[in-house]
Amino acid sequence: MDSEAVRARLIPELDPRELAQLRVMVPTGYGLNCEAETSAAFELLGAEVERVHVAELLDDPGRLAGVAILAFIGGFSFGDHVASGRVFANRLRFRLGDALARYVADGGLAIGMCNGFQVMVKLGLLPGPLLAADAADRLAPQRASVVGNDRLGYRNAWVRMRCDPESPCVWTRGLDIIESPSRHGEGKLVLADDEIRAQLEAEHRVPVRYVDEQGAVSEAWPANPNGSPGGAAGLCDRSGRVFGLMPHPEAFLYAENHPRWRARADAGDSPGHGLGLRVFANGLRAAVTARRKSP
Amino acid sequence: MTVHRLEIEAQPGLGDPLAEATRRRLETWLDLRPQALRTRKVYHLDLGLDDAEAERVLAALVDPVAEIGALGMLDDPERDGERPWALSVGFLPGVTDAVGRSVARAAADCVGRALVGRAYSSTLYLFWGLEPEAIERAARDLLHNSLIERMKLEPSPRALDRSVPEAGSSAPVEVRTVALRGQGDAELEAISREGMLALSLAEMRAIQAHFEALGRDPTDAEVECLAQTWSEHCKHKIFASPIRYVDPEGVERVVERGLFRGYVRAATEAVAAQRREAGSDPVDAEFLVSVFHDNAGVVRFTEADHLVYKVETHNSPSALDPYGGAMTGIVGVNRDSFGTGLGADLLTNVWGYCFGDPRWDGELPPGLMHPRRIRDGVHHGVIDGGNQSGIPYSRGFELFDARYAGKPLVYCGTVAAMPVSVPGPGGEGPPRPTHVKPMKVGDKVVMVGGRIGKDGIHGATFSSVELDESSPVQAVQIGDPITQRMMWDFLTEARDRGLYSGMTDNGAGGLSSSVGEMAEATGGARIDLAVAPLKYPGLAPWEILISEAQERMTLAVPPAQLDAFLALAERREVEATVLGEFTDDGRFVVRYGETAVCELGLEFLHEGVPLPTLEARWDPPQPPDIPAGGAEAARERLAALDLNATILALLGRPNLAANDDRARAYDHEVKGLSVVKPLIGLRGDVPATATVMRVRHARDEGVVLAEGIHPWYSDLDTDAMARACVDEGVRRVLCAGARVDRIAALDNFCWPDPIESAKTPDGRHKLAQLVRCCEGLYAACVAYGVPLISGKDSMKNDAFLGGVKISIPPTLLVSVIGQMTAVGRSLTLEPRAVGDRVYLLGDTALELGGSELERMLAGAEPLAQTDVPRTDLDRCWARYRAFVEQRDAGRVRSAHVCGRGGLALALSHMVLAAELGLELELDGLAGPGGLSAAAALLSESTGRIVLTCTEADAPALEQELGAHGLVALGRVTDSGALTASLGARSQVSLTHAQLRARYEEGLHGL
Repeated sequence: MDSEAVRARLIPELDPRELAQLRVMVPTGYGLNCEAETSAAFELLGAEVERVHVAELLDDPGRLAGVAILAFIGGFSFGDHVASGRVFANRLRFRLGDALARYVADGGLAIGMCNGFQVMVKLGLLPGPLLAADAADRLAPQRASVVGNDRLGYRNAWVRMRCDPESPCVWTRGLDIIESPSRHGEGKLVLADDEIRAQLEAEHRVPVRYVDEQGAVSEAWPANPNGSPGGAAGLCDRSGRVFGLMPHPEAFLYAENHPRWRARADAGDSPGHGLGLRVFANGLRAAVTARRKSP
Repeated sequence: MTVHRLEIEAQPGLGDPLAEATRRRLETWLDLRPQALRTRKVYHLDLGLDDAEAERVLAALVDPVAEIGALGMLDDPERDGERPWALSVGFLPGVTDAVGRSVARAAADCVGRALVGRAYSSTLYLFWGLEPEAIERAARDLLHNSLIERMKLEPSPRALDRSVPEAGSSAPVEVRTVALRGQGDAELEAISREGMLALSLAEMRAIQAHFEALGRDPTDAEVECLAQTWSEHCKHKIFASPIRYVDPEGVERVVERGLFRGYVRAATEAVAAQRREAGSDPVDAEFLVSVFHDNAGVVRFTEADHLVYKVETHNSPSALDPYGGAMTGIVGVNRDSFGTGLGADLLTNVWGYCFGDPRWDGELPPGLMHPRRIRDGVHHGVIDGGNQSGIPYSRGFELFDARYAGKPLVYCGTVAAMPVSVPGPGGEGPPRPTHVKPMKVGDKVVMVGGRIGKDGIHGATFSSVELDESSPVQAVQIGDPITQRMMWDFLTEARDRGLYSGMTDNGAGGLSSSVGEMAEATGGARIDLAVAPLKYPGLAPWEILISEAQERMTLAVPPAQLDAFLALAERREVEATVLGEFTDDGRFVVRYGETAVCELGLEFLHEGVPLPTLEARWDPPQPPDIPAGGAEAARERLAALDLNATILALLGRPNLAANDDRARAYDHEVKGLSVVKPLIGLRGDVPATATVMRVRHARDEGVVLAEGIHPWYSDLDTDAMARACVDEGVRRVLCAGARVDRIAALDNFCWPDPIESAKTPDGRHKLAQLVRCCEGLYAACVAYGVPLISGKDSMKNDAFLGGVKISIPPTLLVSVIGQMTAVGRSLTLEPRAVGDRVYLLGDTALELGGSELERMLAGAEPLAQTDVPRTDLDRCWARYRAFVEQRDAGRVRSAHVCGRGGLALALSHMVLAAELGLELELDGLAGPGGLSAAAALLSESTGRIVLTCTEADAPALEQELGAHGLVALGRVTDSGALTASLGARSQVSLTHAQLRARYEEGLHGL
C-alpha cells in the first residue's frame, strides 16, 4: 500500500504541504464506530486527521474554528435507540447546534456517512436551509428523515449509485458511478412534503441515487436497499459543501475491498486503490480551493 | 413521582416495518393472519419531570417528519367498526433495558439538567381481526419471553397504564452463615443442590474440612465464591482431573496430568519445542507471545502488532433467552479479547451455531423453545451485539441436528490486534509490552462500566449443570453494546495514556472471579462491596460479589494514576468505582462496610478443589472395524444413486444450503479492512473457504480465518473427528493464502455430561470419547506444527425436561488463525478463467461414515456403514507444504477444500461462485474395481483440495504435486454447468441455475 502513489494518482494537482495544513476533524464516541476507516480515507490522501471525542467538542465548540472538513462517521450512536441518530442529533442540537450552522455558513465542508447522514438529517444540517426565511447561521428545522428499510432489518451488501452531474455537491463532482457497501436498517429517505421534494429535485440536491446493474435509477430491492423514493441515497445542502449518504464510500479504500476485486484485476481493471477514495479526494480538493479563496 | 407515558408510531402513510415483519412471521410460523397490525414504541419516564418538560422530551424524541406521538396514549383507530386488541411487551423488573437508558439520557439532554430515576421501554402491538386466544399464542410462541419480559393483553379502549417494572427492595443487608460443620453427606448434597452451587459431595466435604480446620462456619458469600471459582465453567475440572481410560479390549491407561496438561497444553509445548529446534523464530521474537494464562491467546504478527484470538460458547443462556443469551455471548467474548494484557483493539468476530432442525414440526418437551425461534433469537442477538459494537464478522456457520434441540451451541469469537507496546505509566517513561500486566501491591481495584444487579447470578454454576425446569431466571444476562462500546473507547484512551496496570473481564462469577483471579498477580486483594454501584437496592453482599451483570471490567490502577483515570472516566460518561486494593497477604478479603463478608486464602480458593480420578471406558457404538460386506453393500447402494438428484438434494439440506439471507444481517465490512469476505462469488452467496482481512490501515499484512467442525464423526470415533477438524481448518487457511509457518488454532469442546451418574449411565463412554478427541487433537496439532493458543470447554450440554433427556453429540470446534504478508495475493475458491485446468489434490477413499450423504439417506434405505474419514497426518502435511510452494510460485489460481458434502459440494460452490462451467472426467478417481462415481463425489475423505491452474502451468504443477495425490479432473468452460463423466458416461450434468435454485431454497423463509 503506497499512499504517496495513491495521492499522486487521485489529486496530483494538490501540493502535499497545502494538504497537510488542512484540518480534518472526525468526532468519535457514543457508539460511533467508523473512525478508523474514515480517518484512513483522508490520511491515505495525505491529509492530517484530528479525532476528537464528541464530549470534548461539546464542551468547547471553539474547536471547530479553522476546521476545513468535518466528518460525521457511521456507527450506532447511542445504539440507535428510539430511532437512528435521534439521541445523538438531539445532544448536538442542544449543545452545538448554532456552532455547527455557523461552521457551515462560514464555508466549512462536511460529509456524513450512514449514521453520520442520519444525524445530519435529524439535525437539520441536511438538506439545510431551504426557504428564504431560514437563517444561514441557525440550524434549519428537520424537513427530511431516514426511516426503517421497507424490508425490516439491517443488511450488508454492495450497492451502486449514480451521481447527478448537475448537482452542486462538491464531493461527487466529476464522478459517475460510486460503488460502496450499504450497511443499515434505517435508510429510507423521506421528506416532509412534495414541495420540498420538488425544490430539492430542481436544485439537484440529491447527488447520488441507487441504480441497478443496467445503470437505471431503482426503487426496487436489492439495487435500492431500503426503498428510498426516487432511489435517493443522499442529500447535499445548497452550497454543495455539505453532503451525506447512507452507503459507505469510506469502506472502499483499497482495491481489495471490492467484492469482485480479483475478477476485475483478472479482467485488467485494477486501479491500485479503492474507488471510494475519489469522494474524499473531491472533498480535499474543494477544501484546498476554499482555503485559497479565503486564506 | 409522576410517571409519564409516551407512545410513538409511524405517521399514517409511512410503512411500519416491524409490523410488516411480525405479520410475515405470524403467517409463516404460526399460520395466524390478523386483518391489520400496527406497532408503537412506548416509553415510561420515571425521571421527576413536570408535564411541560415531558412534552418537550416527547417533542425531542418524535421524528417530526416520520412519526406521531402522544403524552399518555395515541388513539387506537377502528377498522371496519372494530377496535383492536393491544398487546404490550416490556421487560421484567431488573432486566437490562438499554433503550430505556438511552431515553433517560435523551431526556436529560433535552431538559438540560441531570435527572434521577429511570426510563423504561416497551412495545405495543395493535391487532385487528385476531381473537385474543390467537394473540396469546402469538405472544407465547413469538413475541414474548416470560423469563425476561412482562406482557399485558387488553381490548381497546385501554386504560392509561403508567406502571413501571421498578426493581429492588429495601431488605436489610445481611451476611448469613452456612452451617456446614458437622453435617452429613446427605445434608451437604442438599445444601449444594438447593443453593444452585453445583458442588459435588467431594467438593462440599473439602470446604467443610477447610472451615472445620479454621474453627468456624463459612459465610454465604464464601460458599458462593468457592462455588463460582470451583465451577466446571471456571475451573475446568474435567480437563484437570486424572482419568483412568479403558479401551474395548479392557486395556487400561491413565492420563495422570489430566486432559488439559496431558494433551492440549502438551501439544502447544511440543510445537513450541519444534519451533525452537528448527530455529523458526528469532530468539527475541517467538511466535507464541502469551498462551493459556490470559483471557485470550496472543501470537506474533508484525513488528507493530500481535494477534489475539478467543472463541467462547454461550449455550445455556441462549437456550433460555436466545436473543439476550447470544448477545451476551458476543459482547462477552469481545471483553475477553479486549481485556488481554493491557488491552487490544478488536478487529473481527466469528460466530457459529448448532441448532435443532428449524423445520421440526413434532412435539417438543415442555419448557423447550422451538429450534426456529431459538435460531431467530440467537442470530438477532449476535447481529445486534456485533453490529452495534462496530466489529465486523469474518466467519459464520450453522449446523443442524435434532440433538441440539435441548441446548443449542452458540460459538462467538473475536480476533484483536494488540499493539506490541503501549506507553509507560502516566504516558511517561519507556513503552512497555502490552501482553504483560505489570500489577503491583497497592494498585487499586477499580470496577468500570455497568452497574451490578441480580442478572447473571449463578451463571457459572448454572452452565455447569444440565438444563431443567428449575433453571434460574437470573442466570440470563442481557448485553448492552453501547455501554460497553463507551467503556472500551474510554479504556483504549486510558491504555494509551498508561493509566492502569492490569485488567480482566467480569464474566462468569462476577467480581468473585475477576478480583479473585487478578489477586493471584500480587498475592491478595481487599474490596468493600458497600461502595459498589448497584442497579437497584436490595442485593445481598454475596449477590453483589457473584453477579454477572454485563459490561464491566475490573482494572488495577496504580495510585499515581488514579486521579487521572477517574477524571477521564467521568468525562467519557463511564462509571468507575474504587472497590479496594491489591495486597500480598495471600487472602481475598471482602467486606460490606464494617461487616466481614468473605475471607478466603487464595491457595484454597484456587488450588483447593479436589480432583478425583475420573473413569472412562470406550464403548464404540459400532465395532471399530467396518462389518464385512458393509463396504460392498454401500457400493451397491451408491451405484444406484441418481447423482444429479442426489447433489441437488444435498445442496438443499440445511447444513449445506445458502445462509446468506441471515448472514448479510451481520456487518462484515465496518473498519474497511475486508479482503476475502465471508460470502463470495458473483452473487455473494457462497461461503468463502477462508476469510482474509487487513489488520491495520495502509498496511498489506492480513489475518486468515477458518474452522473445522464435524460433530457427526464423533458418533463413530472422536479421534477421527478431532483430526478432521484440525485438518480442515488448516487446509482452509492454506487455500486462501496463509503462511505455512504462522498458523495457530483454538479448541472449543462442547460435550454432553461425561461423568457417570444415575442421569448419565453412559458417562464413562462419553468421557472416553473426550479422551480420544484430545488424543486426535494432540496428534494433528503436533503433526502440523499448529499450537493451540486458547480454548474453552462446555461440558454439560444436556437438557432434562418432562422426563426426556436430550444430549448433544460430542462436538469439537477448531478455529484456525493464519497470517499473510500481502493480502493482494489471497485466493478464493472461484475459478478464474475459461480454459483453466481443474485438479483434485489428495486421496479419496470410501469414507462416508458420518457424512452428509449418510444422514440424508438414513431412514427407508440407509447406506451401509462405511468408515469415518481418517486423516493420515504426515502424508497430509507433506502434501500441504508442497501445495503451498506451488501456490506461492503463483501456479495455483483458485483453491477450495472438500469438506462436508465432499467433492460434489466443493465443485458446486465453484460453479455457483463464478457461474462458469466445469467439464470433468472422474476416470482418474473412480472406475472399475475402485470407487464408484458417487463415492468419488460424495465421500468426505479429509486432506483434499480442489484447485485450478492455467494450462501453461499444468505440466509443472503435475510434476511437483504428482507424488501427493494430484488427479486431473478437467477444465473450466463457459457453459455455466457442472458436468462429470466416468468412462465416457455422463454422471452429473447440472446448470448453475439448477444448483442455485435448490441451494437458495434450503433455508428460505425459516
